[in-house]
Amino acid sequence: MKVYADNAATTRLRPEALRAYTETATEFFGNPSSLHSEGQRAKEVLEDCRARMAKALGALPREIVFTSGGSEADNQAILSAARAGAQKGKTRIVSTAIEHHAVLHALNRLKREGFTIDLLPVGTDGIVRAADAEKALGEDVCLCSVMLANNEIGTVQPVKEIAALCRARKIPFHTDAVQAVGHLNVDVNELGADYLALSAHKFGGPRGVGALYARTGAPLSPLVEGGAQERGKRAGTENLPAIAAMTVALEAALATRPETEAYVSALRDRLIDGLSRIPHCALNGDRTRRLAGNVSFCFEGIEGESLLLLLDDKGVSASSGSACTSGSLDPSHVLLAIGRVHDVAHGSLRLTLNEENTKEEVDYLLTVVPEVVETLRNMSPVWRDLTEGKRKFIL
Amino acid sequence: MSLYSEKVMDHFRNPRNVGVIEDADGVGEVGNAKCGDIMKMYIKVKDGILADVKFETFGCGSAIASSSMATEMIKGKPLSEALTLTNKAVAEALDGLPAYKMHCSVLAEQAVQAAILDYYKRNNIPYDEEKFRCASCSHEHDHGEEE
Ligand SMILES: Cc1ncc(COP(=O)(O)O)c(C=O)c1O
Repeated sequence: MKVYADNAATTRLRPEALRAYTETATEFFGNPSSLHSEGQRAKEVLEDCRARMAKALGALPREIVFTSGGSEADNQAILSAARAGAQKGKTRIVSTAIEHHAVLHALNRLKREGFTIDLLPVGTDGIVRAADAEKALGEDVCLCSVMLANNEIGTVQPVKEIAALCRARKIPFHTDAVQAVGHLNVDVNELGADYLALSAHKFGGPRGVGALYARTGAPLSPLVEGGAQERGKRAGTENLPAIAAMTVALEAALATRPETEAYVSALRDRLIDGLSRIPHCALNGDRTRRLAGNVSFCFEGIEGESLLLLLDDKGVSASSGSACTSGSLDPSHVLLAIGRVHDVAHGSLRLTLNEENTKEEVDYLLTVVPEVVETLRNMSPVWRDLTEGKRKFIL
Repeated sequence: MSLYSEKVMDHFRNPRNVGVIEDADGVGEVGNAKCGDIMKMYIKVKDGILADVKFETFGCGSAIASSSMATEMIKGKPLSEALTLTNKAVAEALDGLPAYKMHCSVLAEQAVQAAILDYYKRNNIPYDEEKFRCASCSHEHDHGEEE
């Protein structure tokens, strides 16, 4: 059996999105900046997509800038707000310890330029406390950036509360909603966000396309200089087929969102309950305040990469936050932030489901994951020490 | 997956000599759980020959494959020959490792040396310290960064 359980990494393109892609690429191939009617027809499609994306988010069309994806949108929001803040002498940025690298690395760049970065901690539940944000939101803060849902452990953050604290202090607020859009109910006004980043390939759209919402009046500067596309905020001929496909994908996702959420979260709960029976393991992140499709565990005594390879042999696509899979020496910063020690964080497994997964697939996962964990434990000297009492169990 | 060579995947999927030797003559453990790699080597020595070798590994696919390959390369060999096993030889026997995984082959080399060193110490056999530079990594290995 083949089970694709890595939908937080990327999703299969929805058929209706593929149709929109090919139709736009072949029927509306003109350059939206061209004066001729082919160009103007394309321009109409572009503006129609913008209006529909805006509607889906509760925004105004002119508040949507199409980008190459979530990373670019995050970078543009953060750098824009920081530059504007610096002009007013505000050089402190508040964010969280569990952000995606698209946010963290943009903040690192600003740090090198002299900004002060405060990363709020999270509890062992993987959730930021609004009270901690409140303490950090001083006079000199030019931006607060808190992700809506975490990509590794799926925890949903109190963005609405923190955005309200920012609003009261006139501090621009950005949210990386890449994992949330299409899955949670996301309305920029309900959230109270000034900036919001999204990416099409997390909800059945194509990769390499996304959008940045920037509230009217929020500072916005281009990352790339060039033509006057996107009202001068993002140079480069628009990737119209991808934009059209993203729009259709988001509408399709939202059309069935409540049913999908109920269906997927039932699969998730079945998977969590089943995997919890494996001895000496622990679920990462809060049990309920998490994305409908996210299942993340740490298994003591084994390492994540070998787990992924053996699962791959069984037809299962999954992911892990171990150092070996991140290409660095340290395991995932998110797992460390929720208090998992290195030894245990190396043994993490992330399975992310969506509407394409089935109960049969979950049952298959419930057979193969325990098998593979056992195989690896049986050859692990750490596991031997744990079971022989020479090392203390952490989980 | 084409992350690893077929050889690596073969040794990872079907590790040779995995397990423990209860009455081992020497045991070596290298690496640490914090870094995500621990290798433990057990040896049985008879007339200066490695009559049996077993390993246990906590780590990634290439760590498991490297330990498996190392046990195959030294089993049945005289101790003196086992001591000349290099991480490079292990990696080559596996048809290469990605550059950032070369440290896994280093661990395998260290584990072999640590087990033999333990055997020498237990039996009060004099040994040439120079030969055990690797048992506790302090010198530069060929980590293959340029490859
Ligand atoms: C939370 C989060 N932010 C940002 C990104 C980056 O998005 P993209 O791959 O579209 O650049 C991702 C996806 O990898 C993500 O999960």
